[in-house]
Amino acid sequence: MGIDPGDDPVTDSYPKRAANVAARVFQGEAIIMNPADSTLFNLNETATAIWLAADGKTTLRHIVERDIVPAFDVDPEDAMRDAGEFARSLAEHSILTLQTEPDA
Amino acid sequence: MNVVIGGTGIRVSTTNAAFEEVLRTQYAGFIERESSQSIELTVDLTPPAHVDPDADIQVRNVGNHWTMDRGDFHAFYDSASRAGVVRQSASRHSVDSVIRIIHSLHLAERSGFLLHAASVIRADRAFLFAGPSGAGKTTISRLAPEDAHLLTDEISYVRKTADSWTAYGTPFAGELARPGENCSACVGALFLLRHGAENRLKPLKAAVAVRSILRNVLFFADDSVLTRHVFDTVCEFVNSIRVFELSFLPDARVWESIRETIQ
Repeated sequence: MGIDPGDDPVTDSYPKRAANVAARVFQGEAIIMNPADSTLFNLNETATAIWLAADGKTTLRHIVERDIVPAFDVDPEDAMRDAGEFARSLAEHSILTLQTEPDA
Repeated sequence: MNVVIGGTGIRVSTTNAAFEEVLRTQYAGFIERESSQSIELTVDLTPPAHVDPDADIQVRNVGNHWTMDRGDFHAFYDSASRAGVVRQSASRHSVDSVIRIIHSLHLAERSGFLLHAASVIRADRAFLFAGPSGAGKTTISRLAPEDAHLLTDEISYVRKTADSWTAYGTPFAGELARPGENCSACVGALFLLRHGAENRLKPLKAAVAVRSILRNVLFFADDSVLTRHVFDTVCEFVNSIRVFELSFLPDARVWESIRETIQ
């Protein structure tokens, strides 16, 4: 059974890491910098897992179901809600794009 | 005069003999006849038309052509021909700022960075103490044991060399008002300074360390490629150098805590 996405359109978007950002993962936690304005983002392990899976071909819902819920033992609906907020936040800073269609 | 820091020389020339003497005093210990890499910097003692002493530094580029502006100077630097001109009044602080900016640009392309940090060599290892003004860089420098060599109490020069990271002495002085020693050593550890109620060292997670170090890197250029280089360099640095948060009381026992932790 899938996670109820509610009315949040982000759930069925295809998140994709922006190509022009710099990122490193240390001990499962990413630090990301947007070189255009030098803003930095420290991600926790869950957020890092989403970031790494954001290939533009997989929906956010699938990423959460496949990579987050089993690995981090979290409530699926909470995880989906948090993932949506996180994805929107990174998209606002041009760190992530939320595509309506998957990459070929 | 060829002012050599970290092996990179900046040949500073001025037609004003009195000002040249001021600079010779400022950079005493760092003036060398030769250096493997050299940059030409001409000081034109004509103040900019509009002086705003409170203006922030602005560093911009179009390709290799850089302009640097602050209230007290206007400078141009071509990183391809490695030549520049600074237009300023007879202030040693103005040319000193331009030299710092040129080094920060030069290092960004060569796996290095300038850091708001004191640095000290002890037992053949360099230890860096980073933090903004008031964090305790000069205090920790003053408290260093007699067998320590002070590289700087204000701006550290760090560069990747072969398989290690090396800290070099700089003439960039803080409250101590004296240049560092012109020597170098492999970096042993970096400490982010905090005032505290006791001497305490806490290892920092790598991602936190990267963010904290980047806050203290001197880099003014509005250039995304070089900014990315600096980010990558700091990440590499953190991969191989231990980084601690150091809360300390202003007494010499802090150096004992550092020694025990490092050992």
